[in-house]
Amino acid sequence: MLGFKRDFRLLLDISRSHAIARRYFVVNGFDGALTMLGIIMGFYFSEDVGLTVVISACLGAAVALGVSGMSSAYISEAAERKQELRNLESAMVTDLEDSAHGRAARLVPAVIALVNGSAPLLISLLIIAPLAVASVAPAYPFEPLQSAAAVALAIIFLLGVFLGRISETHWLLAGLRTLVIAVATGGIIYLLTP
Amino acid sequence: MAIVKKLVLDVLKPHHPGGLEFAKAIAEQGKDYRVRFTVEGVDEKTETVMVVIEGEDIQFDAIEQAIESMGGSLHSVDEVEVLSAGESD
Repeated sequence: MLGFKRDFRLLLDISRSHAIARRYFVVNGFDGALTMLGIIMGFYFSEDVGLTVVISACLGAAVALGVSGMSSAYISEAAERKQELRNLESAMVTDLEDSAHGRAARLVPAVIALVNGSAPLLISLLIIAPLAVASVAPAYPFEPLQSAAAVALAIIFLLGVFLGRISETHWLLAGLRTLVIAVATGGIIYLLTP
Repeated sequence: MAIVKKLVLDVLKPHHPGGLEFAKAIAEQGKDYRVRFTVEGVDEKTETVMVVIEGEDIQFDAIEQAIESMGGSLHSVDEVEVLSAGESD
């Protein structure tokens, strides 16, 4: 009897899901970080708005990103995996529902959906954290929106570094590349803010 | 009662899991199984392999189940070596 951890690894290996989950994590994590940065920058360049309004707007977007990421990934992955299983069954001329391939076709969409949904949600919550701390601790030493934007930029840089490690690009170059995208986004928001 | 000492199986399997994982899963069905895994032919989605299993007391049902749980399909048993229980010592 295979242990749960080994069985789980086998299912991910059979379905070649490691790279897909990693890609989803980075793509949707980046989505979450950039969305939060956009909202924070929008508020920062606008008229003075209360911190609770900013937190509510960011939380709303974070939850929406999480639910959207989870449901869209599950629906598309489940359809893809089902089709792959049918193709393999037709090549093998046998029913694979009870095999590791059948189990992978059922489990992998849920795992990928979890990664796809939790990446933007967790990253957004990290970015919102300075705002939440500032709202309950009046002695918070930094400007809340600036510190939340700094966390967002740091996370975007780290996501770039992570991508750089995968593609074996220099970590600094890879991190700076995603950072430039974030700074450009901030610039566009600044130009568009009335 | 007869004891199975050697089996040569003709198996059709998907490309994944790979040969190493596949052979290991079969070997884990017994304490002293020795498994030789040879790829005989490769197709777009499948491969035909010859699996030679040697052991003191091979449990065919467990092996067949392991093959099926890895997505494989047993096509034929090409060779068997069986001893009567009295000869096993």
